[in-house]
Amino acid sequence: MPPKSGHQRAKNVDYEEEDVYSDEYDEGEEQGGDGMTDEDREQMRIGTINVREALDPSVKVTDAQIQEALWHYYYDVGKSVSYLKNKFAPSQPKPESQSKKQKAASRFDQAANAAGTKVPTTPGKQTLKQAQKSTCNAPSLREMVGAPRQSMSASSIRLRALHTPCSADYMSAKATTFFWDTPWGNVPRHRLGPITVEPRYLGGGLLGGSSKLAALAAKRKQKQEEAASAAKAGDTKAETDKAVALLDKLSVKGKDPTPFIRGGVCEPQRRPVQRYPARKRSPSPPPAEPEVEEASLEPAQPAIEFLDLRAKPSMFASTLCGTEDQVRKRQKLEVSSFPLPYTTFQGYSEAKPFAGPSPDDIVLRAQARGAGHGTKAKPAHHKKATGEKLADSVEKLTVEETPKVKSKNLNVVEEFEKSGMKRMANFVVIGHVDHGKSTLMGRLLYDLKVIDQRSVDKLRKEAETIGKSSFALAWVMDQTSEERSRGVTVDIATNHFETEKTRFTILDAPGHKDFIPNMIAGASQADFAVLVIDAGTNSFESGLKGQTKEHALLVRSMGVQRLIVAVNKMDTVSWSQERFEEISQQMAAFLTAASFSAKSITFIPCAGLTGENVTRKAADPQADWYTGETLIEALDSSEPAKRNVSKPLRLTISDVFRGGITNPISISGRIDAGSLQVGDTILAMPSAEPATIKAIEVENEPVDWAVAGQIPVLHLADIDPVHLRLGDIVCDPKNPVKLVGEFTCKILAFEHVLPMAVDVFRGRLQAEGKVTRLVATLNKASGEVVKKHPRIVKPAEVARVVVQLERELPLEAGTRVVLREGGNTVAAGLLES
Amino acid sequence: MRLLKSQIDQKNGSGFATLLPEEPEDMWHAYNLIQPTDLLRARAIRRVSKTSDSGSVASQRIALDLTIAVTSTDFDIGSGQLHVAGRVASENEWVKLGSHHTLDLELNRKFTLEKGDGWDSVALEMLREACETERRAELWAVVMGEGIANICLITEHQTILRQRVEVPVPRKRKGGIDGHDKGMEKFFSTTLSTLLRHLDLSNKGINQDKTVPLLLASPGFVAQSFLAYIKDEATRATNKPLLALIPSILVAHSSGPHVHTLSEVLASPAITAKLSDTKYARETALMDKFMTLMRQDDGRAWYGPKEVEKAVEKGAVGRGGGVLMISNALFRAQNVAERKRWVTLVDRVREVEGGEVRVLSSLHESGKRLEGLGNVAAILTFPLEDLDEEEDEVENGAEGDGEEMVI
Repeated sequence: MPPKSGHQRAKNVDYEEEDVYSDEYDEGEEQGGDGMTDEDREQMRIGTINVREALDPSVKVTDAQIQEALWHYYYDVGKSVSYLKNKFAPSQPKPESQSKKQKAASRFDQAANAAGTKVPTTPGKQTLKQAQKSTCNAPSLREMVGAPRQSMSASSIRLRALHTPCSADYMSAKATTFFWDTPWGNVPRHRLGPITVEPRYLGGGLLGGSSKLAALAAKRKQKQEEAASAAKAGDTKAETDKAVALLDKLSVKGKDPTPFIRGGVCEPQRRPVQRYPARKRSPSPPPAEPEVEEASLEPAQPAIEFLDLRAKPSMFASTLCGTEDQVRKRQKLEVSSFPLPYTTFQGYSEAKPFAGPSPDDIVLRAQARGAGHGTKAKPAHHKKATGEKLADSVEKLTVEETPKVKSKNLNVVEEFEKSGMKRMANFVVIGHVDHGKSTLMGRLLYDLKVIDQRSVDKLRKEAETIGKSSFALAWVMDQTSEERSRGVTVDIATNHFETEKTRFTILDAPGHKDFIPNMIAGASQADFAVLVIDAGTNSFESGLKGQTKEHALLVRSMGVQRLIVAVNKMDTVSWSQERFEEISQQMAAFLTAASFSAKSITFIPCAGLTGENVTRKAADPQADWYTGETLIEALDSSEPAKRNVSKPLRLTISDVFRGGITNPISISGRIDAGSLQVGDTILAMPSAEPATIKAIEVENEPVDWAVAGQIPVLHLADIDPVHLRLGDIVCDPKNPVKLVGEFTCKILAFEHVLPMAVDVFRGRLQAEGKVTRLVATLNKASGEVVKKHPRIVKPAEVARVVVQLERELPLEAGTRVVLREGGNTVAAGLLES
Repeated sequence: MRLLKSQIDQKNGSGFATLLPEEPEDMWHAYNLIQPTDLLRARAIRRVSKTSDSGSVASQRIALDLTIAVTSTDFDIGSGQLHVAGRVASENEWVKLGSHHTLDLELNRKFTLEKGDGWDSVALEMLREACETERRAELWAVVMGEGIANICLITEHQTILRQRVEVPVPRKRKGGIDGHDKGMEKFFSTTLSTLLRHLDLSNKGINQDKTVPLLLASPGFVAQSFLAYIKDEATRATNKPLLALIPSILVAHSSGPHVHTLSEVLASPAITAKLSDTKYARETALMDKFMTLMRQDDGRAWYGPKEVEKAVEKGAVGRGGGVLMISNALFRAQNVAERKRWVTLVDRVREVEGGEVRVLSSLHESGKRLEGLGNVAAILTFPLEDLDEEEDEVENGAEGDGEEMVI
């Protein structure tokens, strides 16, 4: 309701404004036109009759009075009647004037006197028209009736009176004519107060010529008064509505505090008013400045206390507006200090805006509590909320501890089973340097249309410009400038492709000896491996001494069971079957010795550069002898490893990066066990810092959850990147990984193992440590102790050793580690404790 | 270290030596020399409180010469500070006998050391070594990998890790190559600025005419890239001291980004050819020789206190190639008997057997490798088997072919 009434008021103001203007400037002609339409007149006539009938005959009222009442009550007969009854029932006949103004005034002498205005009035022959038209008169009358405003209006009335004479007509008018229609009591506002001219008004003489300005100011005053009274006009007699109306009036003042200031200034001069009667006519223009800058005066100024100099309200006033106390209360609110904006709203008086914490406090507290978790609920505007509601809403404002990211609370394991997801498999491509791993994978992706022709053409062109055209396909995987200029894969490259049965993730490992740590990182994420072997003369042999062997041993010791051996570059040996079989035999012997089971090894001849037998059968007639499966078929037939979906979450961070503007911290890595979903809180070890998963991406597609075996990208929130390092383990906060500074492990030695400094590798994790004790050598098959405290562990022996770490690391029993020293893989180990 | 005065009786080793440490390295020597029960006299500042007749207590800091009987020593490797704690051994006006005091040895402030149980051969050797005035080799090395760099100062007797730089470098990923390149750029700039702070080129240029060689070592191409970066940066910023340094930068290959791979770097012929024959390089070479023999497993290389002692007893560490390698950590033993044990062993090898004794610095990588082997190892002149006590079990040759391994 408050806003509505406010709106209405605004409308009224507009309406009145027009009126005011016409009043001001057409003062002379005013008497001429009555501005009533025929309809109005008819209504007026009927209304007059009705009122007359309704009124007690004892009440002596003139038609004019009735009509005026009707006019102001908008032809509401009932209201008019009661108004007139009230007004005239105990009729005290004033002999010389029957004008309702005088009568009214007689009843409000008290009020008028209290206002300190004792203006000589002439017996006015105020016409009804005037009363009706001069919009300031009637409202001012009612203003007087509305007792609460007495003193205030008194001051403003004086002002108005000051200003009004500024108009040229008044200036020229004689004193007698000026007061000719002024009633004895209840002096119309524009007639009041010239007596109280202040010196400073005179001081404004320089600007005094600006009568227009003064007129404008006066108009504005008037407008406000009228707006207030107009708003009141529609009042019902209900107490509440009255209160609202009062408050409404307040609001008008709230918008323009200047009257109060002036009133305050005037106050001391109120009493001596009579001493300076001569002054009353002096046209004292108001100081222009305050008027002009009116708007800039903010209600927020410190409230100025005023002396309460008002007289007691009259009987009528009290009846109309409640008991004196009530009124006083309101008046205090009204006058004794500047009103705050919005105090007009009904709820304001009851509202206890400071009962609860302020919105700022709420927000601050919420921020402190939520530690960055934003509040979803906007803090309520205390100005609008009513007391109770506010308190309630404040209560509701408690910010929950839940993070921004809402968890869907999925049962990921179930979801995973339901989803009937395509088989997923990650495979690592291993082999000696320059055996064509990257090129083979580039070819695979190109033939499967994962990479489009255009990109490949572009790469080809680029490769040709630096004279390495054969590297074009490898560049699909090798993207850094370093890798391209040197023609060597440095770091693991990840890519995805899909066949009808399975979704594959390629982990293209570097073959170079120096980058074995990276290869280990890749192999630790893989389900199975593709070992690429160069069929070229000498290449195979050099590879077998080099990384072909080391890689194969590494993937095996990291738990990879299935191996596809791609005998590459068959085109260079003219698809010689003998060569292929020779390689196959040698490799099979070596691999079975490295405890790969023979049935899990597949040999496939292919040519990566030309793409034969990769996705399609070899077209070369020399390759007719081979009828087996192609590389892609072999990949498809691989049974992916089982996933520990229901175990507690373990994810090894293999990359920490900035995922974009919206995702400042992202990590990626393979989920070794368990599952996760958006909104989960995770714990990064060894920093033991919690983080929230904001979003998950698998193969560049946003998803809600991820399970073991997948290599998702997690966008994190609420963690600083310094707490995330490569090789750290992300785990379930309820089942955190323990940090160990020393562990016992069973190792398979590749080299001689002495108590010595070693690098410990676990996925991306790379740490310094040292073998402190050789506990025992063990039987390879049974695991029985063969020799206690051996002096040295020889290659291919199995031993139990104690490794001490430089810093504590998240390692668990059953974790596979690789021990390296001086660029050689010394041993692969399985953590025991 | 300058030997200002010494009065050491050759026969029983009694006497004292007055020493003046001149460089940070000397503190390390002092640390190795000063043993518990030794008497150390040095300038000290001590707060003395006096109670006047009226009972008021006035405390005052005064500088005085104090002699303490050492109870413990504390050496801070990073800052090269040595704190020697002990009890006052000679009373004076202010300090009572037996009250505790910790002497902070400082550079360019002399101290007098008197051995509690005489100067033994090892102590005398150390003293001699400490006072060698020949030019000391010094080398800065940066062992690095992608996103990790260890800045070390290698001196004659110690390898000091001055700073470890770790910058997260995003790995290469599809469409995110920028991240990797930017990360490397940031890593290089951080490493370079850190390195320059430690090298303090502007000061060095004035004080010393020699430029300290800088060794960059890494697996892969990181070191080369870093050198290229340094060159670019020096040219771009026309950093004259840095430009002057460039010719003395060596790039080497290491197998990893960790400090212990330095041993391998320094042992490589390419580096040893360029560097003077430092003690470090000699020690490293010796350790490598030992490791090779160990791998051959023919009983000519043994490690561990008991085994080595047995071998010495049997006269295997003698003339004609017998080498005893012992870490100086053993001589710093707080237990006097323990120290005596090792001194005796050294004396025996050197004087009785005629073998070679190498005291390896526990602060060098070679010393650390030795530490892993029990701080003492020996290369024997003839093979000895089964020096270790447990000879109960015989190697079990039965290995199930094709069976799943336990690992």
